[in-house]
Amino acid sequence: MKIKNILSHILLISLSILALFPFLWLISTSLKGGGENIFAYPPKFIPTDFTFENYVGVWGKVDFIRYFVNSFVVAGVTVILNLIFSSMAAYPLARMDFKGKKILFFAVLATIMIPFQAIMLPIYLIILKLNLTDSSGVINGYLGLILPFAVSAFGIFLMRQAFLTIPRELEEAAIVDGCNAFQIFTKVLLPMVKPTLAILAIFTFIGSWSEFLWPSIVLTDEKMFTLPVGINNLQGLFSSNWRYIAAGSIISIIPIIVFFLSLQRYFVSGKNEGAVKG
Amino acid sequence: MYKFFGKYVPYLFLVPAIVLLAVFFFIPFFRTLGLSVTDYSNGLYSPEFCGLKNYLNVLKDPVFLKVLGNTFLFLILVVPFLTIFPLFVAILINQKLRGINIYKVLIYLPVVVSIVVCAIAFKWLYAQDGILNYFLSLIGVSPVGWLTDTRFALISVAIVTAWKGVGYYMIIYLAALMSVPKELYEACEIDGANSFQKHMTVSIPHLMPVIALVSTISAISAMKVFAEIYVMTKGGPLNSSKTIVYYIYERAFENLDLGMASAMAVVLLLIVLVMSAVNIFCFERDKYKL
Repeated sequence: MKIKNILSHILLISLSILALFPFLWLISTSLKGGGENIFAYPPKFIPTDFTFENYVGVWGKVDFIRYFVNSFVVAGVTVILNLIFSSMAAYPLARMDFKGKKILFFAVLATIMIPFQAIMLPIYLIILKLNLTDSSGVINGYLGLILPFAVSAFGIFLMRQAFLTIPRELEEAAIVDGCNAFQIFTKVLLPMVKPTLAILAIFTFIGSWSEFLWPSIVLTDEKMFTLPVGINNLQGLFSSNWRYIAAGSIISIIPIIVFFLSLQRYFVSGKNEGAVKG
Repeated sequence: MYKFFGKYVPYLFLVPAIVLLAVFFFIPFFRTLGLSVTDYSNGLYSPEFCGLKNYLNVLKDPVFLKVLGNTFLFLILVVPFLTIFPLFVAILINQKLRGINIYKVLIYLPVVVSIVVCAIAFKWLYAQDGILNYFLSLIGVSPVGWLTDTRFALISVAIVTAWKGVGYYMIIYLAALMSVPKELYEACEIDGANSFQKHMTVSIPHLMPVIALVSTISAISAMKVFAEIYVMTKGGPLNSSKTIVYYIYERAFENLDLGMASAMAVVLLLIVLVMSAVNIFCFERDKYKL
């Protein structure tokens, strides 16, 4: 029994190292000063010419604060709109009978099956037509990044499932008390699905924060870059200065690591399997 | 009681979602179909209906055939790995051990880190004088051009996708493993089975639906691979690591070849549609309460 446990620990430690190694090697490189060959054979994991210079240098040359703010605004607003619109749409789908319900249900389901990548070109043409690009101002630029992801079928189904578990008696009691549909929604149903709203918020945030394809299509102005686009741009800025690229990459992942570690139970409990897109 | 709400109330709640889905899903969907039968060769402002010409051009395009082949090769490289390996990790991690939660967090971490940073980190590992080639030299293998050799570029990209996906699918398996009735394992123990036999006779059969689910969702997400390629290889060298989404992106946004890009998008759409339909109607009925 003891031996089996030790073996498990060894395997799990190896797996953890494999998962972390690319990041650890970036950190190591980012802390090596100009006096040390980063291509040395054999490679040195602990820097001999230890320095924070690369962090200072890349921070001074790249406007990380702006990237953070852009990513934060885009992800934050995307989350808020998703919470509102997805739960609003889910309520009648879970609780009311109306004409066209079946069609709507399957229409929403269909959007899960249509990959964004197959329709991104017309979406871009629509965004151009609506003037929602960064060349027509900051707000328009943000809207162009946000609106295509402001509601998701995933969110609608998640909320619908949550509403389905609430006993109907609660609504009936509220109706007897004289609530209208809007009041039932905000005062009775929404407070009961707070845990699901939290899950939707967390996973929408992560998804929006790390979205790369769409921002790299619509963004032209460096001032509007979100983090992933900005970080990819480091490669061009510092062509082969791997010390700077490494330092910049590490800076960029600090917020999401903090976010993940403080909310890790939502991610690894296994209760919300499949919530983040793969 | 639902008469109480009035006829228009359900629609009021649905309006924002319907408008957004219409503008950013359904209209673009039908536009894609429309663009795929439109000829823009006389300029972006004089579109002409051209029937299936774009589709024929796509089928005659040697790059597209290469790209389609690459995409399926990519699936073969990634999907079996992501279906099987995370299952073993989940079984390993589904034990009462000290610090088990730390392992879960560390193994899951690559899932939440932006794919751009992951790809940059691997690009650094893959460098010609980089650390991976050093490890190879230790076992007497000469340096590999991970991202510069046509034989290896696609594999190198697939390694990144596979590495980043392990934690994600591990958690899906873990959730399923926790739902296996304990009595089944106890019955096995009474019969004197060792842990390998226990998992082969209880866990794996019990998890078959989830294994099927993971294979389809990992295939769908592999079909859509883009960022790894954009950051590491731009599809090169010589198109050797170019897959379908990257090629659509290139045709649409770099060559402004709207017709051909859309015809290829329809091909992508059909493939993913079939995979998703299988997924939703066979493996995820519960999730959508169909």
